[in-house]
This record gives sequence, C-alpha cells and structure tokens, in this order.
Amino acid sequence: MSWFRKEKKPKEPVEQRPVTIPEGLWIKCEDCKEIVYRKEVEQNLNVCTRCGYHFRLTAAERFEILFDDSHFKEFAGNIRSGDPLEFRDTKRYRDRLKVYQQRVGQGDAVRCAEGSLEAMPVVICAMEYAFMGGSMGSVVGEKITLAAERSVEKKEPLIVVSCSGGARMQEGILSLMQMAKISASLHRLAAAGLPYISVLTDPTTGGVTASYAMLGDLNIAEPKALIGFAGPRVIEQTIRQTLPEGFQRSEFLVEHGMVDIITPRAEMKPTIGRFLRMFNAH
Amino acid sequence: MNGDPSQFEEPILQLRREIEALTAEEGSEQGAEIQRLREKLTRVTDEVYSNLTPWQKTLVARHPARPYTLDFIGAVFEEWTEIHGDRKFGDDPAIVAGFARLKGKACAVIGHQKGRNTKEKVYRNFGQPRPEGFRKALRVMKLAEKFALPVFTFIDTQGAYPGLGAEERGQAEAIAVNLREMAGLEVPIIVTVIGEGGSGGALALGVGDRVFMLEHAVYSVISPEGCAAILWKNPAAAQDAAAAMKITAKDLKKLGVIDEIVSEPSGGAHSDPEAAAAILVPYLERALKELQKTKGNLLPEERYKKFRKIGYFEKG
Repeated sequence: MSWFRKEKKPKEPVEQRPVTIPEGLWIKCEDCKEIVYRKEVEQNLNVCTRCGYHFRLTAAERFEILFDDSHFKEFAGNIRSGDPLEFRDTKRYRDRLKVYQQRVGQGDAVRCAEGSLEAMPVVICAMEYAFMGGSMGSVVGEKITLAAERSVEKKEPLIVVSCSGGARMQEGILSLMQMAKISASLHRLAAAGLPYISVLTDPTTGGVTASYAMLGDLNIAEPKALIGFAGPRVIEQTIRQTLPEGFQRSEFLVEHGMVDIITPRAEMKPTIGRFLRMFNAH
Repeated sequence: MNGDPSQFEEPILQLRREIEALTAEEGSEQGAEIQRLREKLTRVTDEVYSNLTPWQKTLVARHPARPYTLDFIGAVFEEWTEIHGDRKFGDDPAIVAGFARLKGKACAVIGHQKGRNTKEKVYRNFGQPRPEGFRKALRVMKLAEKFALPVFTFIDTQGAYPGLGAEERGQAEAIAVNLREMAGLEVPIIVTVIGEGGSGGALALGVGDRVFMLEHAVYSVISPEGCAAILWKNPAAAQDAAAAMKITAKDLKKLGVIDEIVSEPSGGAHSDPEAAAAILVPYLERALKELQKTKGNLLPEERYKKFRKIGYFEKG
C-alpha cells in the first residue's frame, strides 16, 4: 500500500519560514508579510505600499502629518510619572520608567501640542505607543485634561489620536481615575460647544477606549485598527470560542455603529479639516 | 494561592463550632465556658479582621455571604421600586436601578448586583454588566436629574463583561458616556463601594460628589489575577499583585480616591449584614444633607475639582 504513503515531505508553509532581513533598507509588513522598501513606505506615511497596512506612528510623526508645515508648539512636556504606589512586579516601575524615558523620550505615553491644521488653530494630543504600550497613568490623564482645558480657554477644537493598550497597571487605581478626570474635562469641552475629534489607531483598547477615545463628536478610525474594550484574548477565554475574522477591527466598529468613519492616513488631515470648517461655520 | 476565605477564617469558624457544640449540650455548668468562648471569639475575630492582607480583603469583598446591593437597598431605603431596561436593547440584571426613599426623601438608587446561588449568579451574569446595564443606569440618573432627585450608587463588580455581544453593542462607549455624563449631572451623586470595585465597569457608576468605601471592600484598575497574569505572567502571583496595586480602603483614602472609610461589623459585613447597613445609613444621610446645600447646577463644578486633582506626577 505504498501508494497511500506520501513519498515526499509536505512543503513547509511559507509563513513559518523564518525571514531575516537586515536592518535598514527593507522592512517586513506586519500584515501582508511582504518585504517592502523602507524608503517607499516612509514616503507613503508609513503605510504599506503593497497592502495598505498602517504601521504605527510616533507622536512626532503624527504631529508632522497633522500640523501645517509640520510646525507646532508642544506643551505640558515637563510632567513625569512619580511612581505613586512604589510599584514593583518583576521589576521596579521606577526602573522601567527610566528605561522608557531614555529609549522613547520624556513625554510619557502622550504628547500635546498646539498649532494649526489647514490654517485653523487646534490642540492635538498624540499617544506614544512605544512608551509602555501607550498606557494611561497619571501623566497621560493630566496632560489630556490640560489639553482639553486649553481648548476651552482658547476656544480651539481638540483632537486626540489614541494608540494605547489601556490603563497603566503600575499606577493602580490612580490610572482608573484618569478615565473619570479626562471624561469630565471633555464634558466641559462639549458644554463650551467646541469640537472634539477622536482619532482611533491600532491598537486602542481598555480604559482608553472606555473613556476619551469613544467620546469624540466624531470618532475617526484608521483602517483595520484594533479597537475594543476587552482584549481579544480575554474575550476568547471568557466565551471559550475563537473570535471571528475582523472582530474589533475598525470596519467591525463602523458596522456596529461605534465609529463614524474610516479614514486612511493620507486622508486624515483633509478629512478633519473639512469637518472642522463645517463645524465652525456659524 | 488560596481563593477560599475559610483559610484565614478557620480560627473563627473553629470557635463558632465549639460554641455551637456546647450550646447543643444540656447542662448549666457549660454557661461560663460558652461565655468564655464567646469573648474569645470576639477577640479572635477582631484580630483576624484587623490584620487582613490585601489579597484576603479581596476574598472578603467576594465572600459568598457578603451583602449585595439589593441587601443594602432593602435595609437602607424605603419604597424601593426597581425599573428595567435601557430603552435601546434590553435589560441587564447585573445592574439594578430604580427609585426609593432615604428617611422619607425620594431618590434614585443604582448598583451592581451579584447572585447568591448558581441560578441567580447566571441570571446576574456574576455581577458583570453589559452595555445595557450602564445605559439603564444612565437613564435612571437622567430621570433623577429631571426630577431633582439625588442619586445613590453601590459598586460591587469584578468588572464589565468581556463578551462578544458586549463588544458588539459598545461596551467601551457605554462606560465612556457614563463617565462624561455623570461628571455633568446636576444632582448629588453619592457612591459607596460595598464589595469589589473592578475597573471601568465599577467606575461607570463611580463618578460622584462623595465616594465612600466599606472597610473590607477593594477597588482597583484590574483584578489582582488579571494584573498578575499580565505583569507577572503568572496568575498565581495574585497575592503580590493585590498588595502592589494598593487596592484597600485605607490605601485609597491615602491616595485621595475615596472620601471616607465606612467601618464594618466585627468579622466583616457578611457576619452581620443588617449591622453593616445600619453603620452606612448616617454616612449617606450626612452626605446628602451637605450636598443639598449646593445648588444643583453648581455640583458639576465641585465634582470636576474633586476628580481633577486625582493623580500623582512630578514636574521637572
């Protein structure tokens, strides 16, 4: 019965072959796994030239894209986390912070700036995912609240670009309370009749989604971003089922009425600009 | 890790068994012995309960006999009448909401509700709300505002339900809207954390002018197990996580997150639910009296200041 047996070994599936690429010239797209030319991707606003996958941006890159002539004035840059709980898991929180401050910057997980967008003065907060997964602790809470207050004071629209895994566990209950603090400041912003645009990018989950990211007058998402309250793994453990393809992606949220519009990165600035002009046309 | 409160309660349970056995026996000479044991029981109970670790407090907060929201409502308020549904999708039994009277004064009452036995637990979804629950809560708060009634909320949940349907129907949006709208509500909001205060699902009823917390309740950004799984990569490190996150009433008072700690009867609220409710009543009454001095439309400003200052950071 040898004709039953396979003579040749099955081909190794392509995805499982280790792909090693020298740093620099080329990068591998996280979505389509194609090797693409880094320079081309960068010129394309860090969007994959093959499949349109949106690579994560730094806060600085966001500012560059959204502000006119990439010109802006940063504020509240001097606020640092103070390790209120003297938290320690396998490492001290204080030590973790130092590492991130050196590697990523002094701005913690969000940077706030003022400038103009298509000639309209705006306040923009952009989250920094590379800083502890963009997690929200006291610093993020304080900075976004200050930004909302500045918007009210100067009668300028507020734009927050979210990119975060949620609340920062190392600051415990204080992180949770930042959700209340920021949401309260957004209530004042709304009461002042000022536009608040929430831009949701990959990923936006947990306490960030369950507070300011979902409260935009407009919730605008980048394509295919993971957006949700509970993380997919937690949900799978709870319901003991594999989640359907595309669950908690931008397109899913539009379908379920939670996101207003999906806007590719190249269209983000003109889209926000168009809305702001209409909203300010009294 | 031991998830059973009877572990540290053992000395108490042992004494109770001894007393029970002696009481069952006839004979007058046992009276003095019973008295002695009773005194010892009080001593031992106080000692155990005044030295609970954060993880043990978590177990007390989850104690199967701990009074739940409806128990407190029954003991604290009169004319409690529950209403149902969010007028959008459905009714969520994990949150109860309605109207009642506190010492004759009409008010709205809202709280997370856990179930006592298996059937009830399933019905209440283990006290884990879905979006409908949060939306029902907000609907009742808005009604309270319309009729100028104060709002009392009771927090007791592991957290919002992490399910597929809950995500589809906007769990995050439901919580977020509650946070924003509670911040602007023009009637007094008085919050009491009675058991477990778990994450966003707890906070969605927690933006108040006064926040009280029962002595053995816990309130945290994530459950100790969840935190242990993520930061320690080991759910068994829950005891360490519970300690590291500072989740007890004393910690929260120090961090400026709650206003006052409400003491519990000796041996915890579950050893005497009626007494636990009786201790709470004066706190609620006093808070209401104080808050009613402020005009409704000025309350959001005060509430904003209260939450505005929560957080800890350095400038430099």
